[in-house]
Amino acid sequence: MAAVSFAAAAAKEKHQERTPLQRVQLEGHVLLKIAKHCRESDASLRNSEATVTGQLLGLDVGPTLEVTDCFPYPGNAGEEEHEAVGEGESYQLEMMRCLREVNVDSNTVGWYQSTSSGSFQVVEMIETFVSYMESLERCVCIVYDVSAAEAGALGLKAVRLSEAFVEAYREGSLSIEKIRAKGLSWRDMFVDIPITVHNSPMAAALAAEIAPPSAATTLDCDRLNLGVASLLEKNLSYLNDCLDDLMIEQGKLSMHQNQLRRQQQAIAQFKMQRRQENTVRRAAGDEPLTEEPPEGMFKPVPEPNQLDNMLLSNQMASYCQHINSATQQALSKLKLADGLQAAI
Amino acid sequence: MTTPITLPVGATENSVRVHPGVLFTITDAFLRRKEENERVIGTLLGTIADGVVEVKNCYAVPHSETHDQVSLDVQHHHTMANLQQRVNSREVIVGWFSTGDPDASRNRDALIHTFYGSECANPVHLALDTSGGQDGHMGVRAFVSRALSIGGVELAREFLEVDCEVRSTEAERVGLDLLSTELQEKLPGDMDGLADSFERLQHSLQQAQDYVDAVVAGKRKGNVAIGRYLAETVATVPHYGRDEFERMLTDQQNDCTLVLFLSKLVQAHLALADKLGTMQLPLI
Repeated sequence: MAAVSFAAAAAKEKHQERTPLQRVQLEGHVLLKIAKHCRESDASLRNSEATVTGQLLGLDVGPTLEVTDCFPYPGNAGEEEHEAVGEGESYQLEMMRCLREVNVDSNTVGWYQSTSSGSFQVVEMIETFVSYMESLERCVCIVYDVSAAEAGALGLKAVRLSEAFVEAYREGSLSIEKIRAKGLSWRDMFVDIPITVHNSPMAAALAAEIAPPSAATTLDCDRLNLGVASLLEKNLSYLNDCLDDLMIEQGKLSMHQNQLRRQQQAIAQFKMQRRQENTVRRAAGDEPLTEEPPEGMFKPVPEPNQLDNMLLSNQMASYCQHINSATQQALSKLKLADGLQAAI
Repeated sequence: MTTPITLPVGATENSVRVHPGVLFTITDAFLRRKEENERVIGTLLGTIADGVVEVKNCYAVPHSETHDQVSLDVQHHHTMANLQQRVNSREVIVGWFSTGDPDASRNRDALIHTFYGSECANPVHLALDTSGGQDGHMGVRAFVSRALSIGGVELAREFLEVDCEVRSTEAERVGLDLLSTELQEKLPGDMDGLADSFERLQHSLQQAQDYVDAVVAGKRKGNVAIGRYLAETVATVPHYGRDEFERMLTDQQNDCTLVLFLSKLVQAHLALADKLGTMQLPLI
């Protein structure tokens, strides 16, 4: 309950200042906790495609959003929504109360979730964002890429929705005209916020203490692994799925355009008929009829929502980016293997 | 009739493996401790297999201490244990942690240890020395307790230090590089990581080469074990004929380039669609 009032207070502050969010400052141990949860929670082990989520706690200081702690949510979010909304809420409240007792910042600043190959741009994400933003203007979502971690990279990203997009989304269905009028494009839906990592001096000392001697590690082996085919294959198949979905969306759009065209033709025909009728009537000395078709005769054709289209574009863009970086790395690794082989 | 004087009870061959995340969480909890407390204590969660206790998670428990008394918020401990259980059912309570010098507070520690003895079979006490100790190190030590008993009657318990190893999994390693500085401005990109790995590989090769050169030149006495390791390593590099290797390399490179081309093509389409504002991929 106190958390809610905190959130409200934070929201109020935001209205007063409205300084844009410039960076997210992660505490080092939060990073480890997120990585651990995303890799080995029940949900992620049962099904490697499942997303796991958790809550971020911290402080909102000027242009920086400090994330000082986090805790995981049980199960996967989808299950929770359908089966036990109340239970999930009580879990959250209990957890917050417990953490407050040990002086953790019990102020929600957003949530984190796992993803595979950066495919986090889905409708659920936007819904969650919008519902978070009702109570908390400045919230952020940290996305941890599990597949990037397997390849020895740090797939960490802080995203939020752009103000312009949220405004348009709240107004209802996104039509092409609205998107154009607002100058929105799929590129401006999500905003990446730079992440900085902060460690207390004590944590830094601890890290120095337990740091293993620097030699080639298993991490290096992961990074230097030559078998990138499976990763590329996965990314390509995702990209393919996206393309298929996009084609369906485009089909919907062209069907809509066809319908619209047919309707306009019908309207034009109707007007033409009326005009001919009117000339006859005028000749007979009668009052001419109005040329506008009566209301209800032509219902406006509903335009398909462009949200999916934009999301798909976003997903494809991020898959492309992954593929680009993966192939570039693969090419440099092949070069290395070439050199190695030549030396033997 | 003779009665044995002392008998060690419980597994003594334990060793403890701690994940770094646990230590960092403890450090954070220590920095956030209550004003009147000198240290923090809390519960360790993890798994036990083959006498190795793997500590994977932990949470702080509020407590208050006086000279020889200690009270623990048992309610808090149980609530948290239940909550954690719902996230990861395989992690069970394996012991407890404290900060500060473990030798300075043995009386009270024994009380806490007895309590955790009722929570799990053979609790582990993990001590993180946040005071810096004498030599300025932040020592990580682990203890188990052993009962001293005469004729089956327990008289006392003693703490026994066991092996403690800080082990990070590969994915954690990525994050660990970020933890050693107080403020890291920029997250490393994918290519940076690869470049680092290349550098380390080169360094290792250089080191091996220098060593071999020195031995061959007679400047250094060769170590048979190292020589054998080097020979084994070289032997594991698969040897292909030049043509065969060339073909494999070209195949792989062609695959990569083709995929790269495809992805760039899609990107170009997307960019074009964006510029035209029609929400349609222009050429597909």
